[in-house]
Amino acid sequence: MTTNTTAAYQNSFLREVEAHVEEGAWVKMCMQCGVCAGSCPFGPHWEHSPQKIFMMIRAGKREEVLRSDSMWMCTSCYNCLVRCPRKLPITHIMHGLAHYAHRLGLAPKGQPTRESARLFWNNCIKHGRINELKFTLALYFKDGLAQGIKNALAMQGIGLAMLKAKRLNPFAIFGGHQCKDKSGIQKIVAKARELEAKRQEQAA
Amino acid sequence: MTAALEAAECGQQVLLIDKAPTLGGRTAQLYRYFPKMCHPSCGLEINLKRLKGNPKLRVMAMTELVAVTGRRGDYRVTLKVRPRYVNENCTACGKCAEAVSSEIPDPFNYGLSKVKAAYLPHLMAYPQRYVIDASIANTAEGEKAKAACPVGAVDLGMQEETLELTVGAIVWATGWRPYDANKIQPYGYDRYQNVITSVEFERLADPRGPTGGQLLRPSDGKPAKNIAFIQCAGSRDENYLRHCSRICCMATLKQTQYVREAGGDGRSTVYYIDIRAIDRFEDFYQMVQADATVSFVKSKVARIALNEVNGNPILHGVDTEGYHRYATEHDLVVLAVGMEPEITGLLGNGLAAAIVLDSSNFIEGCAGASADAGMFAAGAAASPLDVNRSVQSATAASLKAIQVVHKTVSTEVA
Repeated sequence: MTTNTTAAYQNSFLREVEAHVEEGAWVKMCMQCGVCAGSCPFGPHWEHSPQKIFMMIRAGKREEVLRSDSMWMCTSCYNCLVRCPRKLPITHIMHGLAHYAHRLGLAPKGQPTRESARLFWNNCIKHGRINELKFTLALYFKDGLAQGIKNALAMQGIGLAMLKAKRLNPFAIFGGHQCKDKSGIQKIVAKARELEAKRQEQAA
Repeated sequence: MTAALEAAECGQQVLLIDKAPTLGGRTAQLYRYFPKMCHPSCGLEINLKRLKGNPKLRVMAMTELVAVTGRRGDYRVTLKVRPRYVNENCTACGKCAEAVSSEIPDPFNYGLSKVKAAYLPHLMAYPQRYVIDASIANTAEGEKAKAACPVGAVDLGMQEETLELTVGAIVWATGWRPYDANKIQPYGYDRYQNVITSVEFERLADPRGPTGGQLLRPSDGKPAKNIAFIQCAGSRDENYLRHCSRICCMATLKQTQYVREAGGDGRSTVYYIDIRAIDRFEDFYQMVQADATVSFVKSKVARIALNEVNGNPILHGVDTEGYHRYATEHDLVVLAVGMEPEITGLLGNGLAAAIVLDSSNFIEGCAGASADAGMFAAGAAASPLDVNRSVQSATAASLKAIQVVHKTVSTEVA
């Protein structure tokens, strides 16, 4: 028996992405021209451009892709999407990958965008509406009490100005605006989760 | 031209109509051809000699087909002839051009230079006759041209004419036009003077072009030494042209040789997705790869910015071989623009129902059953083709047209 010096070509991760990631079926259409990478305003600040991520998916680098923080750096400016010569929905694929990595628990821990998205979501489904004050405070104090106080002091100018302009209600701490039918909202979310689980089951 | 000549040389009566005041189309505007690097004047000369010696072929310039009815073997076509204001007495002496002072952007040089409003389209123009531009026809300038003409060739009273004819078969050889680079917003063709198109570069390289063959950049007239070529400018892009224009890779490889031959320390950098040099052209590609003045960057440029100080375009992108981010300055950028079929006349004149177009608007053929087809497309109107393959396509289309004429004539006789 001979031993292979090169790794066998595997496209199982590409298949996985196609089945489980939103718009994942587009990944194979990438022709590696590089326009997305060059068009991204955050390009120099993240490790893996969309072009690179798509090639990594095709090369079967599952761990590296799903643990990458690049998808979380996307600001949804849509520059890549409008310029892609093959009309790949790049922004959506990046969000789809981030979501998939989060669900699998592989997404980078403590990544600020991921953390903020998590806080936003929890806040939102609890009241059926976003409570801006509580969300802001949760963000400030996500890295501990001392850091939270530091953050709040640094932002106090803006906070006071918002208070003056009546853009910030301090009494929202006691509940604030809430959705009339909170249990209804939660039922909707539960149903959506159920449908998504069924879809994932079918894909698998 | 080839389609018409082939049919005429088979003994058919042929009418060759051209919207422009001269035959030769965009081929005449090229400096040289790939891969042999020969001059288009040579091929044009051969075709013109064939044409002049053939009594079966009639040429009508400045003429457009505006309507077609009927069926194969018996089409009624309506032609519109624009006034040239110069009749067949013209000896191309050029006295009218000397007499007038108004100028218009020279269409032969894609507007890079001006030409007198009484002009010969180019040195090898056929018919070899001057044109008085419509803008001066009814002015004192027009009268000056008329007064200067020693042979009474200037006729300012000419009107647009419409005529109807019956023909057996039609060959659409309407050619192509360069894709409008203004639409490619990230490349700034509309904003930066030193971003030009490949067809304009062709005119810069031509000794009879606006710069006398020197590669001078538009912003300050300085020699361009560090030239970038951007491939797929418009082509292979769902936002612009979805097809591969086929000719641009070879056109750029050819143009890198203009840079090398200009001497000095001129260098070319080709930014590409992949180089499509088919069959024998691979030899040419390898020759250019070995050329020390040419380098290749595998990357579709994302956007171009401007160095405000020296007017240099700065190319931004990421290369695919290693994913390196670059911001590279060049003193001139040539966009290898894609090929679009020139069918505006057809569509504008309501002929869309008679023909079938593909998803890139190239003419696929005649509407209706193929057995009834009497109209054929040739050359770059049918598909993005280089000169050589356009000529082959023209011969093929001509053969089909001849068959239609033969078959329909024999039915009528029977």
